[in-house]
Amino acid sequence: MAHTTAVDVPSPASTTRTRSGRGRPGLNERKRSRTGLLFVLPFALVFVAFLVAPLLYAFYLSLYSKGLATGVVFAGVKNYTTAFTDPSFLKGVWFVVRFALVLIPVQMFVSLALALVLDGLTTRFARFARLMIFLPYAIPAVIGALMWGFLYSPTFGPMQQIADLFGAQAPFLLDADHVFGGLMNVVTWQWAGYYMIIIFAALRGIDSSIYEAARIDGASAWQIAYRVKVPMISSALLLILVFALIGTLQFFTEPQALRLVSNGTITPDFTPNIYAFSQAFAYANFNYASAISFSLGIVVFIAVYVFLFLTRKRGSIA
Amino acid sequence: MTTTAPVPARTATAEPTKPRPEAVRGPRQRTLLPHLFLGILVIYFLVPLWWLFVASTKDAQGLFGGAHGALWFDSRFNLWSNLKELVTYNDGIYLRWIGNSLLYAVLGGLGATVLAVLAGYGFAKFRFAGRRAMLAVLLGSVMVPLTALVIPTFVLFSNLNLTDTIWAVILPSLLNPFGVYLMQVYTADAVPDELLDAARVDGAGEIMTFLRVAFPLLRPAVVTVLLLSVVGTWNNYFLPLAMLANTKLFPITVGLGLWQGQASANNGGGTSLWGLIIVGSLVSVIPLVIAFLSLQKYWQGGLSLGALK
Repeated sequence: MAHTTAVDVPSPASTTRTRSGRGRPGLNERKRSRTGLLFVLPFALVFVAFLVAPLLYAFYLSLYSKGLATGVVFAGVKNYTTAFTDPSFLKGVWFVVRFALVLIPVQMFVSLALALVLDGLTTRFARFARLMIFLPYAIPAVIGALMWGFLYSPTFGPMQQIADLFGAQAPFLLDADHVFGGLMNVVTWQWAGYYMIIIFAALRGIDSSIYEAARIDGASAWQIAYRVKVPMISSALLLILVFALIGTLQFFTEPQALRLVSNGTITPDFTPNIYAFSQAFAYANFNYASAISFSLGIVVFIAVYVFLFLTRKRGSIA
Repeated sequence: MTTTAPVPARTATAEPTKPRPEAVRGPRQRTLLPHLFLGILVIYFLVPLWWLFVASTKDAQGLFGGAHGALWFDSRFNLWSNLKELVTYNDGIYLRWIGNSLLYAVLGGLGATVLAVLAGYGFAKFRFAGRRAMLAVLLGSVMVPLTALVIPTFVLFSNLNLTDTIWAVILPSLLNPFGVYLMQVYTADAVPDELLDAARVDGAGEIMTFLRVAFPLLRPAVVTVLLLSVVGTWNNYFLPLAMLANTKLFPITVGLGLWQGQASANNGGGTSLWGLIIVGSLVSVIPLVIAFLSLQKYWQGGLSLGALK
């Protein structure tokens, strides 16, 4: 490499010089495109090795089945027909779909409300609050779940102690009736701050002279929030929605971490991912587990894709 | 996540300092209600951490029936002896788990960031055959749930005798399609083509142009991607849980999960283990909390990068 000259910020003259010479294609251009490929190459290798290959391999594995007597035999779509008629798998899918439908709106509402409030305040306390609300994101999901598990605990959690003050029986948030809400609380606690920061930063990116214009037109603070701010950050909201959707459908860490303290409420088929995990590692049923993993991947991909397609279309009409 | 032209992403990286009209104008009562709302939520978000700290200062007895309830200190302050027990229990396996987490997070996170920065730059600043197709695949892959890859990756690795080694955790952590996407969006906007051309005309090679001209301009995005990748690896649970059987290789998340399993398996006899899990959780959250508090200048704007497109 012959680059002995220092590369400081170039003078305007050199900028114009190169611009005029840019149009001609040829050896330089071809060399340049090869350089571009070289920059992308390391990631592309990782991408093929750890995303494409496992996906294809999962698909391959899912087409076979392994029996004690028969050994490994080609099974075609049998694993898939089994999965989609397997009450355990369907129950898990139904749970994560329900969970997503309730959790995501709640989570988005909380983080949007927080971001809007924080956007309107410039006090020291507001800055402090922003940081503290975000803090749970820095805590591993397993630890967050364990912590809430302790807080829910009837033996040493504060919930029962607070209920005792009123002579009441606190609900155990991990029993069959409350586990939905109990898990929702853990996930909202963990992620609302992260989403809040994304929305907040998007709000800060809006030129505030727009608010001035709206105010002159007689819009109230509520109207500005609802009619001006929210539409202007719709792409941030969409991004969060997609993240939340992908994350919720592959729900694993929190219920897995709370499984042992839930007194059997969280079963080995609680979510599709937990089911695949227990099929693979408790029963060494890797072919069936692969079919479940692959189905889950496809379902999530299609769900997100359809969702993006629908929102994009509506956006272009509006 | 659509394919519209990128909006200038840099506007959001620096927090605007101009005063917000409504905040300046509002009289005191106007901000009372929002502050009250914030105050309540701050309490909600901090209560588990407060509980964790308080519980870490208790001995086993205080944990189950302390004098002042679960949310206040017991009469005995036991934090130091708890810490001592934590680092000595089982030949100091806890410190080993922390070290493993650090190793995985640094190698995995750093590696993923290097790959993402290079690929993002390549996608944003070069035109080559197959570029559009590759970008489309990249965007599609952001939607693939990464946990669906864990089990097939495990089987692949076990064929290669790679399971139960540190590489089984580090190598898959190098994959961060969203990081590449972020870097591509940011680079396209933050690095002017003219600047790169000028450097090339001045005789700088491609690597020098990248390192000396482009890279300094990418710093906020690089820190964000680094932070996201490190946090992602540090917090990962499913992958190491599936890949590792040797407890000496466990990261802290899987290790604490193991203790929790042992503690709940022998109800009563496991009381001291519950105390270790609590103080162990407290110690394990400290590094990332410090990292986030000290790097807030970078991530606060950076996290919104992807949302601006």
